[in-house]
Amino acid sequence: MIRHWFQTGKPWIWFTASAVSISMILVFGLLLLIAARGLGHFWPGDILEFQYQEQGGETPILIGEIHDEEEVTAVRLRDAGIEIDGDDPVTRYLLKIGNRDIYGQDFRWVIEPNMRDLQKPEDLLTVERLEWGNFYGYLLSVKQAGATVAEGDAAWSALQERLSRTGNIQTEISSLEKSEIGAVNYGMERIRLEKRGLELDGDNDPVKLARLEKERAELQAEYNILKKRLVALYQKINRDSMILRSADGREVEISLAKVVKAYRPNAMSLLDKLGFYFAKIGEFLSDDPREANTEGGIFPAIFGTVMMVIIMSIMVVPFGVVAAVYLREYAKQGPLTRLIRIAVNNLAGVPSIVYGVFGLGFFVYFLGGNIDQLFFPEAAPAPTFGTPGIMWASLTLALLTVPVVIVATEEGLSRIPKAIREGSLALGATKAETLWRTVLPMASPAIMTGLILAIARAAGEVAPLMLVGVVKLAPSLPLDGNYPFLHLDRKFMHLGFHIYDVGFQSPNVEAARPLVYATALLLVLVIVVLNLAAIAIRNRLRERYRTLEN
Amino acid sequence: MSDRLFSTAISDASDPAVVRRRRWRMFKDSLARYGVALGGISVILAIVLIFFYLLLVVFPLFESAEAEVVAEYARPGSDARTLHLAMEEQAEIAVRFSDDGAVVFFSTVAGGGIKHLDLALPAAAEITSFTFGDPTQARIAVGLNDGTALVARHVYQVSYPNDVRTITPGITYPLGSEPLEIDDEGEPLVKLAMQDGEEEATIVAVTADGRLLLSHFLKEEDMFGEELSLERHQVALPVAEGDVQYLLLDKEQRNLYVATTDGSVSHFDVTDKEDPTLIHRQRMVDVNHKITSLQFLTGDISLLVGDDSGRLVQWFGVQDERGNTVLRPIRQFTEQYRPISNITPEYTRKGFLAADDSGLVAIYHTTSERLILKNQIASVPLIQLAIAPRANAMLVEDARGQVHFWRIHNDHPEISWSSLWGKVWYESYSEPVYAWQSSSASDDFEPKLSITPLVFGTIKAAFYAMLLAVPLAIMGAIYTAYFMAPRMRGIVKPSIETMEALPTVILGFLAGLWLAPLIEANLPGIFSLLVIVPLGVLVFAFVWNHAPKVIRHSVPEGWDAALLIPVVLLLGWFSMSLSVPMEHAFFGGDMRAWLSNEMGIDFDQRNSLVVGLAMGFAVIPTIFSITEDAIFSVPKHLTLGSLALGATPWQTLVRVVILTASPGIFSAVMIGMGRAVGETMIVLMATGNTPVMDFSVFQGMRTLSANIAVEMPEAEVDSTHYRVLFLAALVLFAFTFIFNTLAELVRQNLRNKYSSL
Repeated sequence: MIRHWFQTGKPWIWFTASAVSISMILVFGLLLLIAARGLGHFWPGDILEFQYQEQGGETPILIGEIHDEEEVTAVRLRDAGIEIDGDDPVTRYLLKIGNRDIYGQDFRWVIEPNMRDLQKPEDLLTVERLEWGNFYGYLLSVKQAGATVAEGDAAWSALQERLSRTGNIQTEISSLEKSEIGAVNYGMERIRLEKRGLELDGDNDPVKLARLEKERAELQAEYNILKKRLVALYQKINRDSMILRSADGREVEISLAKVVKAYRPNAMSLLDKLGFYFAKIGEFLSDDPREANTEGGIFPAIFGTVMMVIIMSIMVVPFGVVAAVYLREYAKQGPLTRLIRIAVNNLAGVPSIVYGVFGLGFFVYFLGGNIDQLFFPEAAPAPTFGTPGIMWASLTLALLTVPVVIVATEEGLSRIPKAIREGSLALGATKAETLWRTVLPMASPAIMTGLILAIARAAGEVAPLMLVGVVKLAPSLPLDGNYPFLHLDRKFMHLGFHIYDVGFQSPNVEAARPLVYATALLLVLVIVVLNLAAIAIRNRLRERYRTLEN
Repeated sequence: MSDRLFSTAISDASDPAVVRRRRWRMFKDSLARYGVALGGISVILAIVLIFFYLLLVVFPLFESAEAEVVAEYARPGSDARTLHLAMEEQAEIAVRFSDDGAVVFFSTVAGGGIKHLDLALPAAAEITSFTFGDPTQARIAVGLNDGTALVARHVYQVSYPNDVRTITPGITYPLGSEPLEIDDEGEPLVKLAMQDGEEEATIVAVTADGRLLLSHFLKEEDMFGEELSLERHQVALPVAEGDVQYLLLDKEQRNLYVATTDGSVSHFDVTDKEDPTLIHRQRMVDVNHKITSLQFLTGDISLLVGDDSGRLVQWFGVQDERGNTVLRPIRQFTEQYRPISNITPEYTRKGFLAADDSGLVAIYHTTSERLILKNQIASVPLIQLAIAPRANAMLVEDARGQVHFWRIHNDHPEISWSSLWGKVWYESYSEPVYAWQSSSASDDFEPKLSITPLVFGTIKAAFYAMLLAVPLAIMGAIYTAYFMAPRMRGIVKPSIETMEALPTVILGFLAGLWLAPLIEANLPGIFSLLVIVPLGVLVFAFVWNHAPKVIRHSVPEGWDAALLIPVVLLLGWFSMSLSVPMEHAFFGGDMRAWLSNEMGIDFDQRNSLVVGLAMGFAVIPTIFSITEDAIFSVPKHLTLGSLALGATPWQTLVRVVILTASPGIFSAVMIGMGRAVGETMIVLMATGNTPVMDFSVFQGMRTLSANIAVEMPEAEVDSTHYRVLFLAALVLFAFTFIFNTLAELVRQNLRNKYSSL
């Protein structure tokens, strides 16, 4: 029976079917994995408190969140120097114990059989800090200028009140430091460059020099005022502090200036947690990163990615469309155009790192170096365009994606029925008018598809960017309030590179991992949405011309 | 009304306004024509530019070196025998030491003396021997006839008065201007070797009565760091039979080489200055030949031996089977035919110059094992030779006392076909290897620029990726195109195609941080997947086929794949949960340890298995999509005809459909291969990036693309390293371009074939 069954070939069909199933499982499993891990990060997890049997025989109290769990064989644990009875596999938890300033590390592994007296006390506090990561412990008291103002149960409400006050001051400080003082510094640097430029030109015009000196003095005066305001704010923010008790009984004083957020997850209701969850997502999307990118938000990376993609689109669309129109409408169709078409098609398959190498060598070192010599001699030896930056990155990616736009546009052009062109020409329109008034509008969905695909590719590309302009931490955004507003020479942050950098180059990978998952989720969402949009537009376009042809 | 319009149009055709308008329209039309043509051609040219720019950067690697004579003049200073010539960093000023104790600094281009000095020798002293230390330290030493030696240093101070660079040469005495006592018995020193370091100095000397003395000086500075006091230890070394001809001491002051007139070299370990030991004695030239020049290569690891037949041999110590260090001839150059009179190594690269008695100077590079350049300098024997620290100029003195100053353009001597692609015997290695190690902290490091291990790594990564992707993608495409219900196809195809755009950085990150530890912890489970899933699917299919009709018909035809999803999930879960028990039962509880202890297989956490899975996943959509298109567009009448003749669907598929679509499948695999070869982020993140030449699935690799990503930002512009990275990019470009073009041509032919069918 089995032999006969094999002869029908059915088992092989089932095999091919299983290949599809496996592929689908891989695809959706991957998306689910990223989604689950990325979204789970923001949920305020319960904090556990328990007594732990250490190897040395001590039994300290540990406080922390469970971060990960796995099953290990007893042999492996023994290899790692952990004594354990029996041969059964053991569950092992990765516990986030926080308090890096006192313990030296954020995470530790604990094995399940050694945990006793597990409980979740409601008054356990999680403190998110600007430095040293989270703190877990009990709130003892709140202090103002060294004097205790609230203790015991009253401390919690006093803390919340004061935290909102320091939060406001923090916002004020950062806006002062970033935009106002930043603008003054930028102005100073411009004056310095202008002065150096005059020097290089041999221009000793005292009027010009006096003007620059006056401007400088004005800026200096402005700076002094701002500086005073800043000092006052810092004094205000450093007023309050709180005393916390950690798991091992130590009492620690934390200045409220260093606190981002404090909450009691074990006491939160589901609704509270939901509110907290969405607030965290909002913060993630809109905040600057902290602590070597392992905490905080990813706003600069989102901004940088969007900015780069926009600049790239501005460059890639006209060139791609012109090239496609030339190939399809103007060039003589023959073996040469066929060859060019194949070559263009294949360039989409050339490894992106090759474009990166080209971008670095040609754009950055060759073009940028020459631009610097010609236009920015005053900034030398510091390079202006002769160093990786957002313009070169966008240009490199434009080159990388131009084949995509050409191919998509050409496909759109080829789908437009000949009758429409001929009709237009017959009515007396010139070729250019036909193109501009009928053909291109009809091909516009195809151009859109090309653009969307190009954007999707550009947004996810990392390898070439590592060579031509991405950095792990950009001091300022490429777009700001200082003339000329758009700074094409600046380096920028990028979502994809952020994933690589935080996931692989950061000093505290374990702490950063959830953040990387969340970033990855965001990137995947953007790209999947863009691609689905492209597919939808393509399908609608096909429908449209199918009706036209009939 | 339409009549009236028509007549107006006719009458207006010659109206000047209309004519002008028409002209304007025609002008716009031709403007658009040329504008578009210009734009289109320039875009295409820009794309072509990539290839030519890469080529342009790579090209200088293969350019041959050049040298041209700049000046010739009589040697400056006295007519005494020249002991040594050297140049400063800019090659503007050179120095000549002669055996009457005179030091002349002179302009390399003009030949005129700039400064004449005399070494601080005692009144009755005569120079009986001479040596120089590590060239970058610019130290020389002279041995005197009263058993003492004097160490001097030529220094060049650079200052910028009035923005003009001025170099002021001078002589200092790092060990004091008093000659150091070497031989207590006061015999003249006839041979000398010296190295002077930060904390210690060593002088080895042969006295006129044939004793070999090693003097070691510990430097002690007083509290103010001004007065230098030296503490001397001295031992006598055993001298082999024959007279000592050359003495060489390495700059670490650990190895001493003593060459005797019979052509053999004794290698002493002098790390312990109290108790030097003879490690090895080796004949370096044939019986009827003589050593005529012996010198270190930069780094003081290799010895360069020139003999009277003009042959040059590089030797260095290699560990033999018993762990002893023995001197071995590594490579030889037989480009010169007269006795070699002088060998001068470059300061920072592993190249050297050799002058011979026929007036010829040749430049060689050891790593790339090639003759860079050969120049006839004079028609008489050459006696002294010096190279500029930047290796861009040389100074040669011939037997007639003429000095020749030459400029050398030799930017990339490290590169040859063999050093890029072949096995190279690098210094301190016990055998020739393929190696990539482009940089190191030290200046005299030998760059290992063989791209073979990188190409190997690239192919290895692509191979393991294709191992996963090809079967899955092709089988999946076959089912999707041929058996699947149209509605399900409408879901499956876009979802797999969307995955093509998934950023590889995400795949790489998951592979490195999630998959690699998972695989490490569940190795038996991963391997059991390979057996359990196919078997389980087969069993399920068999059961399903023989299930009652009611159940079978509840799932419409072409939805089998959906049916299999829970089955595969279950099987996957089953094999993963088997992992821990299996590890316990068969592998002593730890498969990783079992692999390395029992099988002798090294296990990296980020290995080829991880890369294969992640990159396989990345290329599945590419292959799937193209294969599916190829199979789906096989003309229906072919399959229908086959089915009508009584073939089963499977037979039709294998004998008709796949056969017809095979060029399409081939091109799909090619394009997938191209993608796997050039993929950067996955391999960068999911492997250890070590350039190993090992095909083991449990080891990592370093690919061309990851290597570029890692090293490019640090490579110095226009250096050899920079250009070799461009070469790597060019190789990638060419490789993928050829593969893709091939695939595209095959596909176009297939399309034509289908349309003719």
